[in-house]
Amino acid sequence: MFVDTVIEDKALHKPAFLIGLFVAVLAFFFAFNFTDTFFGEFLRPVIGEPKESGFFGRLAVSIVLAVLFVLNLFVISFFKLKGQIAIVWIELFLLFLAFAYSFDLKMSFIQSRIGLMISQGLFTTIYISAVSIVIATVIAIVGAIAKLSNNGFAFAIASFYTSLFRGLPLLLQVYLIYKGLPQIGFMVDAVPAGITALSLCYGAYMTEIFRAGIQSIPRGQWEASRALGFRFSLIMRKIILPQAVPIIIPPTGNQFIAMLKDSSLVSVLGVWELMYLARTLGQRDFRHMEMLLTAAMIYWALTIVLEVIQARIEEKYKQKG
Amino acid sequence: METQDQTSNLSETLPVISLSGVNKWYGDFQALSNIDLEIKLKEKIVICGPSGSGKSTLIRCLNRLEAHQEGTIHVSGIELHERMKDIDVVRQDIGMVFQSFNLFPHLTVLENCMAGPNWVRGIDKNEAKKRAIAMLEQVKIPEQADKYPEQLSGGQQQRVAIARSLCMQPKVMLFDEPTSALDPEMVSEVLDTMIELAKSGMTMICVTHEMGFARQVADRVVFMADGEIVEQNSPEEFFNNPQHERTKAFLDQILK
Repeated sequence: MFVDTVIEDKALHKPAFLIGLFVAVLAFFFAFNFTDTFFGEFLRPVIGEPKESGFFGRLAVSIVLAVLFVLNLFVISFFKLKGQIAIVWIELFLLFLAFAYSFDLKMSFIQSRIGLMISQGLFTTIYISAVSIVIATVIAIVGAIAKLSNNGFAFAIASFYTSLFRGLPLLLQVYLIYKGLPQIGFMVDAVPAGITALSLCYGAYMTEIFRAGIQSIPRGQWEASRALGFRFSLIMRKIILPQAVPIIIPPTGNQFIAMLKDSSLVSVLGVWELMYLARTLGQRDFRHMEMLLTAAMIYWALTIVLEVIQARIEEKYKQKG
Repeated sequence: METQDQTSNLSETLPVISLSGVNKWYGDFQALSNIDLEIKLKEKIVICGPSGSGKSTLIRCLNRLEAHQEGTIHVSGIELHERMKDIDVVRQDIGMVFQSFNLFPHLTVLENCMAGPNWVRGIDKNEAKKRAIAMLEQVKIPEQADKYPEQLSGGQQQRVAIARSLCMQPKVMLFDEPTSALDPEMVSEVLDTMIELAKSGMTMICVTHEMGFARQVADRVVFMADGEIVEQNSPEEFFNNPQHERTKAFLDQILK
């Protein structure tokens, strides 16, 4: 993005903005009444018994919270960009932890189950996602070329395919493949059925991404290649795809991340992947939140890994081009 | 006739390229009308004319980047038509230089030049590299071999594009307004390269407005307007004694 060279005054350093922000935040905290939380407890010396503090207590808690909030932003505004990013990340993460902490989690329960979550659940999730990603990529390349070809059959099949599989909810596709194929004589296990559904669905989305990427390569590249006497497959492999890949990577990375989490839909088939275990392991002991939050953190961690990989690949192509 | 050995039936007297009665339409618009033209081996032709006169379309028909609808085009004795199987063989013998260079941006200068010989001529990498370096020396930029196209100036890119074509050892070189996209100070380095090439005996067909170049190297200047060849003549006759009103008007404009 283009950052303009003219520096404007920071909004946070304008008194009018600060006052406006303070009033808005105050109204927010007042409306949601934080008196019977940790903050009310903290102000007990001033407002007395939080539950009976009434309007005054509610207002006092709101003012303290609003002052803290605005002061926090004000202080952060003096840091350099990277410092600001780090501080805001840490604060938001702490808020998330506080949210999780509020469920009164039993850590020993998590510790006793996390081994299975990782060895069985995480492994299965990665396995299903990785295989589906590879198949979906192959489908997407073929689909994109078919959609760009002059062959009526190829175009018709590819466009029917993308229309159908982008048009149905993934969950429905999972059911249709798992329950539908046996009716016409193909017995499929849950895992292959799940992989098939994920591959076909994401292959359809990625077909469109690849098609757009291939189309974005200037016509002159084709003409120069044709003028040198290159054949279609050679042009595709050596000239067009290598140039399309850097354009395709960001949206494709997005698809990979989405697929990682959509692999949780396979849990409806009873596959022991992360989501299935998260739902079932805590059931007997009524410890749902422990398992759900554990799974959430594992999904998030996996996503971060994928984001880092995507950034690395983008960086690599940036240097080369 | 057209499926015989593709390149051996060249001689000094037979035309390398011949067009007869060529017509081409884009929808209702007639881009080429009744084009008859013969180009002999080692001949240098400059095609000029106002924009929209069909000169780029004409040159792009010669390696069938564009299709003509009526008439015949023969290159090295092979007729170009829509059902031909060996168009790539014909194209490998016709170098083409574009207005917008069209180098492959993901390949280095050297790789751009090696690609053709290595991928479609079946020449091994070492040999292709030697040839590429020789051609880059010919266009006087061997020192840029390991750079990527975007690191070069427009003039340098165009010279690389010429080298890339020459690496295929073509029989004919087509130039489609090779200096039109260049900054003024870079035009002469490209023209000098083309003049060198002309001196070496290459058969060249150039669409260009560089009249100095036409005077210096052309054996024949072809003037087109509204998809027709209005007039063709030797440079001296063409510039000093134009026959048609359209030619005179065009020359007045361009030489003003």
